[in-house]
Order: sequence, then structure tokens, then C-alpha cells
Amino acid sequence: MKAWIAFWNIVLKDMRAYYLKPPNISWGLIFPVAWTAMFFIKSGRGLDDVLGLLPGVVAISILFGTTSMLAVTVTFEKKGRSFERLLLAPISLELLMLAKTGGAILFGVVNALVPVAIALFLADLSGVAWGAVVPAVVLIAIASTFMGLFIAVSVSEIFEAQTFSNFFRFPMIFLCGLFFPIAALPVFLKPLAYVLPLTYGVDILKGGFHGGNIMPLALDFVGICLFCMVLFYFSLKNIHKKWIV
Amino acid sequence: MTTDPSSSAIIEVGELTKRFGDVTAVDHASFQVERGELFGFLGPNGAGKTTTINTLIGLARPDSGIIRIDGLDCCKNPKAAQHLIGVVPDESNLYPELTGFDNLCFCAALYGMGKPARIARATQLLKDFDLSKAAHRKFGGYSKGMKRKLAIAAGIVHNPPVLFLDEPTTGIDVASARNIRQLLADLHRSGTTIFLTTHYIEEAERLCDRIAFIVNGRIVKIDHVASLLKPVQGRYATLINGSGLNPSFIGELSSSFPGLDFQQHSQDRIRVESSSPIHIGPIVKFLEDKGVAVTEARRVQLSLEDVFVQITGIEADAMQKEKMKAAA
Repeated sequence: MKAWIAFWNIVLKDMRAYYLKPPNISWGLIFPVAWTAMFFIKSGRGLDDVLGLLPGVVAISILFGTTSMLAVTVTFEKKGRSFERLLLAPISLELLMLAKTGGAILFGVVNALVPVAIALFLADLSGVAWGAVVPAVVLIAIASTFMGLFIAVSVSEIFEAQTFSNFFRFPMIFLCGLFFPIAALPVFLKPLAYVLPLTYGVDILKGGFHGGNIMPLALDFVGICLFCMVLFYFSLKNIHKKWIV
Repeated sequence: MTTDPSSSAIIEVGELTKRFGDVTAVDHASFQVERGELFGFLGPNGAGKTTTINTLIGLARPDSGIIRIDGLDCCKNPKAAQHLIGVVPDESNLYPELTGFDNLCFCAALYGMGKPARIARATQLLKDFDLSKAAHRKFGGYSKGMKRKLAIAAGIVHNPPVLFLDEPTTGIDVASARNIRQLLADLHRSGTTIFLTTHYIEEAERLCDRIAFIVNGRIVKIDHVASLLKPVQGRYATLINGSGLNPSFIGELSSSFPGLDFQQHSQDRIRVESSSPIHIGPIVKFLEDKGVAVTEARRVQLSLEDVFVQITGIEADAMQKEKMKAAA
């Protein structure tokens, strides 16, 4: 019970201190809106292709929302040494890091709702398999947040967190099947697509929104869950190695 | 490499060693801190004070040795005793974007305190630390002294039996430092065990029950303040300033004034020590006859600082200046 009081208050504190700040709320709204508008105009296929655009816009909104925020906030707290307070709290490191990532995961899920809310006015979403889309959104948010955590524990400066995030994010956007179908990628790049968590998340979203998945959904879920576990495990290992010297 | 199982000590450290690459930051340190004791940990910059604290509180892993807090093995599980300890680090590391009140409530929540309990505790602490008026101001806007006070309040928000304080009065104004010393004395009286590192030797002398001197990662002396002061008790010392004083006079003075101990203290300054009161007139006359323009002769009270210099060979002044420079 005591550990859960700590857990919940860390989530709440992060929401108040970082995620619910006006600049971040506007970032969380404007960024997905801008992506949606950009893809919509670029596709040139009008309202008919809204469902085709949604998986990409949703995935990118989550990816940028979570990784940007978490990598920066954790690095900021580490630099200001306020993170030491959390490390000194009598809760396990696993629970502590789940609490630290909880706010970012929620922020990512809210980011995903923005393009979906816009699409409600532009297209018929009655055929969407929400049973696949909702868990996919949550899992993409978790995987992206844990990737942000992995980045945060690998750097020591805030600017490094930002540049290191892009090192992962941009190749991922181009290789995970959002812009180009994986089948159309050069042979030597194809294997790379399958070692990216977003590939599996995007595939579920495609399946959920318009049935365009290329892998069985069960495999996608297993794939993205495995990425979540691996990223969390290595982040914790890095914290033990680098922060508790 | 064992600790005494029958001991009443709340902190037991045995043969603690911590290395960073080729550098041994803490070298086979062994000591115990009794329940309710105010234990001082003194040493120059880089002596290993903060590394020792970090290993005790679980922010660093020792390479070897034993750490027990209230009987709990903190080497095996650094988290084992974290509910028993409060930590005030050398930098006030609270959240600048939260108010003083919210910071305290958040710190209390980290220790599992329920909402009504943490609101009551935060309100009480803000009152006790004279911060009630600033309770709803953001921590980032506090003065250095207020930040240190709130950091101490955050360290004790969960009523820990053991409190670790790393340089609590460094870089703050005299009035705030005095205020903090009073708060520490009150905490000590209330039965909290305090592990204090400081470079202010007079602060340690005034507050601590026992003191350990650490130099280059090794503990060179541990004793009660009264015992540490014994070698300088009943001794008299005088500092003589003058232009033209040079080391060659020391030998002449020693042979002319047997029973007095002369040392070149710095350029243009000598120090005279004796077990009986020093008659300064004949010494001044001797120096003036040698062409020295004596400008000042002043009696000094021998203190723990002199003991520290004797034991470590490190000038306390130099240590303080170095630390103030680092704090600035």
C-alpha cells in the first residue's frame, strides 16, 4: 500500500510538473493535428483515405510525444539531482521507473486520441476494430516511453537526450512501414524493420483501422510486448550500472 | 571484517572500501555510530566524505566491507534501510517547479504517508522551520538559506531515526547557518541519530558528540570531542605578526626562550605555544632587537582546528577556502 502511495504520487507529480504545463499540452495537441493535416494534404486522396492515414499519424504522435517528454524530464531531474530523492525512496527500482514512465505513457495515449478525435468528424469509424486499436495504442505508448527511458539513462545532458532520441525516431519512422510498405524496402533494410517495436505497433493499428496488417495480430502483440520488456530490462540494468555506481 | 553483534550502534561500518577506477575513494573505513548520537565526519575536499555517505544511503555500491543500519545489511540490499534514513545532500535537490508545501507533501508520499498525515506533517515542519510564509511559493524562488532549511525539512518529513547531512551550512549566510545549527541541535535533542559531514571544524566541535577525521579515503582518527580536545587543553598559544620575520628566527627564539614552542605559521607570522601563560613582552623585544617590526601579537584559543591540523597535517583555513570556492 505504502509503495503504491509513492507510485501514484510520482505519477501525479510528473503530470503536474511536466505534462500538464501549457506548453506541453499545446505540444500534445498541435503536434498530432499538424501531422494529421500534413499527411491528409500530402495524400491528395481526400476524405476517402482518412482511415489509411490514421495508423501512421497515431503512431507518430505517440512516438514523438512520449520519447520527447520522458527523455528530457528524466535527464533534467538527474542533472538537478532531484532524481536522487526518488532513488532514496523505500520502493523498488522497478516500481519507481514504472511510476516515472506512467505519466509519459498517459501523455502518449492522450496524444493518440487527438487524430482519432479529428477522424471522427471526417470518416466513418464504425468498422474500426477498437479491441485491437486500443491495446495497440497503449502498447506503442509503453514501448516508446521505455525507449525514451533507455535514451534518458544512456545520456547525461538534455541536448544529448534530444539528439539521441532523433537517432532512434527518424530511422524508425521510415523503416516501420509508415511511409513505405516494408515489402518495398531494399532487401538489406528489411531485417531492420523487424527489430523496431513500432513496426509491430503500426501493423496492429493498420489491421485495426482498415485490415491492412501484414503479420498475424497475435505475432504483432507478442513482438511489441517483448520489446517493452527488453527495453525496460536494459533501462533498469543501465540505471544500476550508471546511476548507482 | 566483522561488526560487533552486541553493539548498540545504529550505523555499523566495517572495512568499507570504494574505488573509482584506480582511485580509492574510501579505503577500509570502519566506524560505528551510536543510537541518538551526532556523529561528525570531517575531511578536506576529495577525502571521501560524500562517497562514504553515498555508500551508506544506497546511492553507491561498495567494493567491499560491511554496512548495517539498525542491523539491516545494506551491502546485500541497499534498499533495506532506506525507510529508516533521511538524507540532506550537499545541494538542495528539491523540485524547483513545486511549492515548498508541495515538495514536502511529495517527499512524505515517497515514504508512503497518507494524504491527511502528510498535509499535517508538511504544515508543522514549515512552521517549525519558519517557512510558513513561503509555503506556497515555488522552491525555485527560495533563497539559499530557505532552500537548505526546506531540504532539511524534507529529510525528516517521515521522522527517520537516522539523518544524513552532507555539508548543511555550506554557501549560506551567517544567520541562516546559525538557524540551521540550532535546528540540528534540536533534532539531536529529540533523539535523532545524525551523521554530519562538514568542513566547518568549529561547527563540528560545537554540535557533535564524536568526530571522525577522514583523509585520502582513510579514517585517521575517531573520538569524542572532549577526548580529541585533550591534547590542546591547558595549552596557550599566541600569534605574532611582523614584517621581516623569517624561519631563521625560530631556532634563535627556541634557544632563547626554553619551554616555549615556536613555529613559522606563515610568511610574516610565527606561532608560540606553551603549557603556561606566555609573556609576550620579552619575545617582542627580542624580535625588535633583530630588526623585526612587530605589528600584532594576539592570543588564540586552541581548538579542534588545531587538533585537526596536528592529526591530518592539513591547514583548516586552506580547507575552508577551498570549500567556499567550490560552493561559490
